[in-house]
Amino acid sequence: MSKMMYRAAVLSTIMEEMERDPNVVVLGEDVVGGMGTAGGPEAIGGIWSTSTGLYDKFGPTRVIDTPISESAIVGAAGGLALAGKRPIAELMFADFIGVSLDQIWNQLAKFRYMFGGKTKCPAVIRMAYGAGYNAAAQHSQSVHQILTGMPGLKVVMPTTPADVKGLLRTAIRDDDPVIFLEHKALYAVQGEVPDDPDFMIPFGHARLSRAGGDVTIISSGLLLGMCEAVADKLAAEGIGCDVIDLRTTSPLDEETILDSVEVTGRVVVVDEAPPRCGLGADLCALVAEKAFSSLKAPPLQVTPPHTPIPFARELESNYLPSVDKIEAAVRRVLSYR
Amino acid sequence: MQLSRDALLAAYRRMKIIREFEERLHIEIQTGEIAGFTHLYCGQEAVAVGVCDHLSADDKIVSTHRGHGHCLAKGCDVNDMMKEIWGSREGLCKGKGGSMHIADVTKGMLGANGIVGAGAPIAVGAALASRVDGPGPNGLNVAIAFSGDGACNQGTTFEAMNFAVVTNAPCIFVFENNHYSEHTGVDYAVGTARDIASRAEAFGMKVWRADGTDFFAVFECMREVLEHVRAGNGPAAVEFDTERFFGHFEGDPQRYRGPGELERIRETRDCLKNFRASVKGASLLADADLDTVDAEVMEAIEAAVAAARAAERPTAEDVLADVYISY
Repeated sequence: MSKMMYRAAVLSTIMEEMERDPNVVVLGEDVVGGMGTAGGPEAIGGIWSTSTGLYDKFGPTRVIDTPISESAIVGAAGGLALAGKRPIAELMFADFIGVSLDQIWNQLAKFRYMFGGKTKCPAVIRMAYGAGYNAAAQHSQSVHQILTGMPGLKVVMPTTPADVKGLLRTAIRDDDPVIFLEHKALYAVQGEVPDDPDFMIPFGHARLSRAGGDVTIISSGLLLGMCEAVADKLAAEGIGCDVIDLRTTSPLDEETILDSVEVTGRVVVVDEAPPRCGLGADLCALVAEKAFSSLKAPPLQVTPPHTPIPFARELESNYLPSVDKIEAAVRRVLSYR
Repeated sequence: MQLSRDALLAAYRRMKIIREFEERLHIEIQTGEIAGFTHLYCGQEAVAVGVCDHLSADDKIVSTHRGHGHCLAKGCDVNDMMKEIWGSREGLCKGKGGSMHIADVTKGMLGANGIVGAGAPIAVGAALASRVDGPGPNGLNVAIAFSGDGACNQGTTFEAMNFAVVTNAPCIFVFENNHYSEHTGVDYAVGTARDIASRAEAFGMKVWRADGTDFFAVFECMREVLEHVRAGNGPAAVEFDTERFFGHFEGDPQRYRGPGELERIRETRDCLKNFRASVKGASLLADADLDTVDAEVMEAIEAAVAAARAAERPTAEDVLADVYISY
């Protein structure tokens, strides 16, 4: 095991996979940085430090610094994939899917099915998502809700550095398009990461980060840490929480969710995206459909309100779910007898 | 340039196959037997064949909603295409794609496309893949983005052209200007006095222009373009002036056409007629040679339609095939 940051887990996995497979190619805005400037290539090395050194090591044919042209970036990833490569495209901010959505949704996601299953599209589209930096309405969003609804896409949102390593390696070696969502507020988080160069975590396998048996809390990403804090606090009172880190929103690990709910009968879904037609609504419907007889309380969701993400510190912190809001929801589902 | 007798016959056969494929679909669609939307390529055959005759299976093309001609020219099987358009599970895409989504990656045909302008970025990606592989004995493999005068107004096309220039990608943007983007004239929709090539040139690539109804003009022009791009000189663009003999889609009443326009272009701008006149004039082929091809093509189309009609229909289970997960 090695201790490393979430962002280092991203970079080292890409580095290792590029060394292993000459078909792995990286492209995106400023993934090299400094091209065409006095500072020269690698003056930046990627704004998240998730591509630093790749250009020096693998050169311009495999590390492609692109203009700010998100449609062309994602479309080119699709063309690279159809032509036998394994592109890793970086969109910088998840909010920028808006200007590339046709390529994600109508093109890459659909190639395999639309072409009769006769082709693969092994493309990874990485992007930094999430609030917490007061980056306001167009640089803070959680977009898994939109992308999970699109057939053909696999959607991954790791919480820990180890999960980054295992899930990103799986994404790069996968033959379908994978949306890889990195929470920008987790980039500096440290964690133990396995050294095995083939360490992979299969998609559709959630992680039980706390086991308690009285209530099920489901989340992923930045908010998972808040859920764990609530679980730890309630544990001191003798209340046991199952905390489930989904890891992937598609494929979805229904089994882990239902197994837990069948024991607890109480569910809180905690999500960073807005409430309507989102993960919370989806999972509440899942347990209502498939675990109805086990339920002892109405399933609840804790999400931001149905507004754009505000800028000011006081506004953003009130917008986001918090430990207090999660705890209140958990106590509410526990209050049903 | 001098093409062999066999090469001339092969080129004519490919154009004629496209022509009769489309003419037959035009008839069959009116009976209601074929589902969905169909956009016919009839009239533009010299472009598809004049471009693709230079390509190997390692070269890639990305097509449009009006894609049958590109697919056939790039080597997609006639019967499998007809079955796909009929919606059979024996079709090239198992009936999942239909007319607008025909692809055969093994032939370097990376897909027709229902979204106007969506293909150009994909072609740039395929060209970047070629750049990773490096040149072979004949230089770099290329990727070709077929676009119409409609797609030349999409931001994706602009992004793709700049991206290709910046990355020196061996990508060729082939603009087929048939003077109509759907039901709107090019004089209205393209702001640069109809000239699409000058736009591409402004992005910093070398451009060519040729008469898209003249197979020999297309073929010769593409020889130069490919020489340029395969040598690693970066992307290029070509604008072919051509004609669309049918409407935007089948069922289009075409009220935008001028009086006698269709008759005129069928008479004077028909690439097959022009080809026949050229090869006869130069005593390269005789009427009888071409008539033989015509008869063989008619038989092949008849057989393809019969095969499509008889082909197995998809089942309810097929809906869930070829997905990684279903909910």
